Amino acid sequence: MVKTLSFEEPLVQLRSKITELKEFTSNTEVDLSKEIEQLEERFTNLEKDIYHHLRPWDRVQIARHPERPTTLDYIHELFDDFIELHGDRTFGDDAAIVGGIACFEGTPITIIGHQRGKDTKENIRRNFGMPHPEGYRKALRLMKQAEKFKRPIICFIDTKGAYPGKAAEERGQSEAIARNLLEMAGLKVPIISIVIGEGGSGGALALGVANHVHMLENSTYSVISPEGAASILWKDAALAQKAAEAMRITAPDLKEENIIEEIIPEVLGGAHKDVHKQAQFLKDVLQSSLDKLKDLSEEELIEQRYHKFRKIGTFSDKDFQKTSDKLK
Amino acid sequence: MIMSIRDLFKKNKPNKNITITREQHSVPEGIMTKCPECNHVMLTKDLQKNKKVCPNCQYHHKMTAKERIDDFLDEGSFQSIDDHLQTVNPLNFPGYIEKVTSDMQKTGLNEAVLTGVGELEGRQVVVAVMDSFFRMGSMGSVVGEKITRAIEKATELSAPFIVFTASGGARMQEGVISLMQMAKTSVALERHGAKGNLFISIMTHPTTGGVSASFASLGDINLAEPKALIGFAGRRVIEQTVREKLPNDFQTAEFLLEHGQLDAVVSRHEMRKTVSTIVKLHVREAI
Repeated sequence: MVKTLSFEEPLVQLRSKITELKEFTSNTEVDLSKEIEQLEERFTNLEKDIYHHLRPWDRVQIARHPERPTTLDYIHELFDDFIELHGDRTFGDDAAIVGGIACFEGTPITIIGHQRGKDTKENIRRNFGMPHPEGYRKALRLMKQAEKFKRPIICFIDTKGAYPGKAAEERGQSEAIARNLLEMAGLKVPIISIVIGEGGSGGALALGVANHVHMLENSTYSVISPEGAASILWKDAALAQKAAEAMRITAPDLKEENIIEEIIPEVLGGAHKDVHKQAQFLKDVLQSSLDKLKDLSEEELIEQRYHKFRKIGTFSDKDFQKTSDKLK
Repeated sequence: MIMSIRDLFKKNKPNKNITITREQHSVPEGIMTKCPECNHVMLTKDLQKNKKVCPNCQYHHKMTAKERIDDFLDEGSFQSIDDHLQTVNPLNFPGYIEKVTSDMQKTGLNEAVLTGVGELEGRQVVVAVMDSFFRMGSMGSVVGEKITRAIEKATELSAPFIVFTASGGARMQEGVISLMQMAKTSVALERHGAKGNLFISIMTHPTTGGVSASFASLGDINLAEPKALIGFAGRRVIEQTVREKLPNDFQTAEFLLEHGQLDAVVSRHEMRKTVSTIVKLHVREAI
């Protein structure tokens, strides 16, 4: 049984009414097929209406859906010959980040992504997809390896954030994230990052300094979770819904800000409804992205990545007089 | 006089613990300063003279960006850049611009970082000094842009880039654009470094969140002032997550040094000399 989200309630109710009527007709002589047909039509319309008018908070809920496909789900759908590679060679192996080598449509690639669990047991093992420094250092090791063998790098972003723990601080969580930002900037191979679920702050960005950044339609990318924003800005975590709208964290918002390249459409109702079909949508975008990047030279790749991030920022540098007035 | 039972329990005596009304300041505001670390009371003038370091316990009081420049660079050598950049309100947060404007007046800066070119014992350097009195030193678009431009200036001049960090992290009010400033400053640092240029990061109290997880940690040499709070996540968040008491020195400069995250902890009195020596040792021609 797939978990239903609050905004899906009307659909669930209508569906149960239809099922009820169907059962009723099969047990009696009365013919209600016309009514059922009408209800089915109403269902389809309602479904379209709801899923095509998702509010930011609805998208947050879809992005956090327990059955939402994870990095490993997409790896198995999209790539052949996947071999997982473990460890940072310094401290340990962080199960909150998976990585390895595989084949995408005939091209060897390196794949790295945050990995959540789908049940409590797996979530505990994978620390709910919240990496420690060794996770980011494993990612960096695999990226450097990809560079050596001239393989494109594909990153899947899906984390609430880097883990805020004692051991993480002791081993340099800040440095591990910062190092990835800097090193990714200088890699001589194409990098494509796709936000597949939640893109939470620095912990997400540490896999996100790419030539192309794409987002699934119902994924989010933000400086802080809506709950965190609400508690900082209004001292009330219950206002998360309002914060989700104010903070502009959905794929359409980021596309508008020119921070991401493409929004990858999702199957109606969210990626969890049909992983196989969803993977196809990902595959199309990945393929066209790789095609666009494959002819760039090493220098051009670095240059393109530099300009992509260099230009992000909203400020005014015209009103010189006004600023100096304010300072007086 | 007949008293009811209830009256027996009534407080009718004047309160024994008389609260002494505090004597109205016989000393004007600001003449004396109390050290938040050891409660030592001293003349503000003496504290200033001692580089804002408590003479009793060596606690390093926060410096404004301007005080830092005056203390660190050769006198009169500093030329600021990009003072005209101005914060806008991309998410239309109510009151945001008003808060920024009020901090502009308070600090005399256009944003939470002061950048420019100057000299350190006669050698040209580019510096960026964050000011925690301006919106907690948080990083939004203007801070990210000013730091990036300063890095690019240093790259262009083949000069060392020196940053003094003091920041609570990314600025919430600018949303994901603030997050992306971490990437922006880092890509600029990559270029600076790829050309063989020096970057020295000096972390001062406090350096946390998105700033600590980007340029602050990326120095060829990472220094910190004594007792500075440096970390990724806030102490309270960590305590709630791990449900254990954290050691007192957790996330201090000394704690980071012990865990291999810093090259050195340097007192403010030694900072100018130390950094100047590091710069000297990176001059490519013979010294």
